[in-house]
Amino acid sequence: MTVEGTAQRKATRAGSKRTAAKKASPAKKATSAKAGRPDEAEQDQLVQLLTPEGKRVEHPDYSIDLSPDELRGLYRDMVLTRRFDAEATTLQRQGELGLWASLLGQEAAQIGSGRALRDDDYVFPTYREHGVAWCRGVDPTNLLGMFRGVNHGGWDPNSNNFHLYTIVIGSQTLHATGYAMGVQKDGADSAVIAYFGDGASSQGDVAESFTFSAVYNAPVVFFCQNNQWAISEPTERQTRVPLYQRARGYGFPGVRVDGNDVLACLAVTRAALERARTGQGPMLVEAFTYRMGAHTTSDDPTKYRADEETLAWEAKDPILRLRTYLESEGLVDDAYLAAIDQESDALGKRVRDVVRAMPDPDPMAIFENVYADGHALVDEERAQFAAYQASFADAEAVAEGN
Amino acid sequence: MAVHEKITIAKAINASLRTSMEADPKVVVMGEDVGKLGGVFRVTDGLQKDFGEDRVIDTPLAESGIIGTAIGLALRGYRPVAEIQFDGFVFPAYDQIVTQLAKMHARALGKVKVPVVIRIPYGGGIGAVEHHSESPEALFAHVAGLKVVTPSNSSDAYWMLQQAIAGDDPVIYFEPKRRYHDRSRLDTESIPDPLHKARVAQAGNDLTLAAYGPMVKVCLDAAKVAAEEGKSVEVVDLRSISPIDFDTVQTSVEKTGRLVVVHEAPAFLGSGAEIAARITERCFYHLEAPVLRVGGFHAPYPPSRLEDEYLPGLDRVLDAVDRALAY
Repeated sequence: MTVEGTAQRKATRAGSKRTAAKKASPAKKATSAKAGRPDEAEQDQLVQLLTPEGKRVEHPDYSIDLSPDELRGLYRDMVLTRRFDAEATTLQRQGELGLWASLLGQEAAQIGSGRALRDDDYVFPTYREHGVAWCRGVDPTNLLGMFRGVNHGGWDPNSNNFHLYTIVIGSQTLHATGYAMGVQKDGADSAVIAYFGDGASSQGDVAESFTFSAVYNAPVVFFCQNNQWAISEPTERQTRVPLYQRARGYGFPGVRVDGNDVLACLAVTRAALERARTGQGPMLVEAFTYRMGAHTTSDDPTKYRADEETLAWEAKDPILRLRTYLESEGLVDDAYLAAIDQESDALGKRVRDVVRAMPDPDPMAIFENVYADGHALVDEERAQFAAYQASFADAEAVAEGN
Repeated sequence: MAVHEKITIAKAINASLRTSMEADPKVVVMGEDVGKLGGVFRVTDGLQKDFGEDRVIDTPLAESGIIGTAIGLALRGYRPVAEIQFDGFVFPAYDQIVTQLAKMHARALGKVKVPVVIRIPYGGGIGAVEHHSESPEALFAHVAGLKVVTPSNSSDAYWMLQQAIAGDDPVIYFEPKRRYHDRSRLDTESIPDPLHKARVAQAGNDLTLAAYGPMVKVCLDAAKVAAEEGKSVEVVDLRSISPIDFDTVQTSVEKTGRLVVVHEAPAFLGSGAEIAARITERCFYHLEAPVLRVGGFHAPYPPSRLEDEYLPGLDRVLDAVDRALAY
């Protein structure tokens, strides 16, 4: 999306609809899908508290007042998350991971929303919520097991109230809704947050989770990171209305926030969680952001999107704008920034060391935890496989010359 | 409820749900029309009145939503018993069941449990319209992480559901809908068999009929007719499709030397195929005849005027018995 494009659409919208329609030539009608693009045509609806240039602005509905420590904390979170993410991408290139789904560009959406949560809140992530995991205190190296292929999720969801990554798009929004229904039944004032993306918004499960949460008034926040791309498909292949407006049809509010503005993401998510806690039901937050990298390390975005678009979004970088703000306010100095860089390097080294030392699981792990109470067939196959493996013991001994 | 009273399977399931809900406040019943109406078969009749809307939940008409939210409730510590109104309506939820419910315990390395029970009225024989008469049990038994059971009588219906709810694994509990109103003795006091144990419903020496759910009655009737013809037929009620109690079937076949597996579901790649393969492996030198299967055809479930031809009835079972005995 170019800046010119935005200006053009704004100009069209300024004129009366009737005039615009009359003036539209057949050729222009053919490209009318573009006019329906649910992105910057709605720019004036975007909640923003920190501009891309790093300037603090106010919003009539959402405000935030953070201490210098809290502001620096958000910066640190984003820098370390980005570093971890870059490290994981590199580890994939080195063959240490089978795949990696980078969050590059989405740090503000994840850290902002993640830092809005209370310890007793519960998170249902997709497979890209590395920044949210960081906020929940999940050790980053635990996220890498599934991408290395040693497990399908190496952390205990209940230690950090952070559910396992969910790969089947949108499924977790229903789990979040059901969990929130349980919170409601318990009479607790915790809230639940479900992460999903613009692609997932097309899934029936997401629609059903909106329905269920609305009719039961469940304390759940739907946090949609609209990063503009579902692998190769742009948002206009998923929707003809801005995604946040979907909420209205289900009977709960939706708001679009600048997903590259960590302050706005924090403020809006806080407000949404507070609504949920106080019995006001679900809310949809659409964090308008951009996937700066590929969908995963297996993807090649040069096949389907223009460099100019990526460059335009680079100018809205979430980390850069906070750093500019912190510097302009005199809240960070070179020593602080150097210390963060150092911490970042140490994290990178630790991630590399842990991943490289991550052992392959024992083959018998195949049969573990298939059932909680056991299953006769699994027991039988486990025993058969163990016997089969043991049958090679002699051959190995011979090969080793024993 | 009196011991030894003869009651219908539907009432036994109702009593079972009631007992489970009284025993554990975390048990919740959810599904379409399960509340005020008491379910389209009245299986949940009166539960909402007694346990409230918080525990007997009328859901939106969205099966994936029912199972997906049941998973979430289970993660929160509840024990949801979700009803899918009819067999043919389970497929919108199939994704949640297969990709999420079945695998969650394993992918969490055992750190979470998802004790969701899914009740599904299944099978034909009630003159229903399309999608109301199917037997999809093999589609679930094929999925690791799920357990699949189906009762054939009131006592089993009562006990097996409670066992399923008390267990920590996801269980698909198939209810033989055309037997809902069959009455049989409900024993609420004897210690029930383990959930996944098969039962010899009728002892015999010449041939084993293995069946489950609605087909057990057909097989018992067939055994009666065969007895009049001087053939001694043993009937094994499998009760559980995942896991299958092969030991009980093996013991029976080692005695009789002949096995016919009967189910309403299509024979092709059905549970009968698995039983035939396993029993052939285990009892090769005991078998006097190949294991035969009697099941539905590889065709969509037919319009109800044809269902008596499609469903294995007394004659088709007896025909298979004759063929097996002819070896």
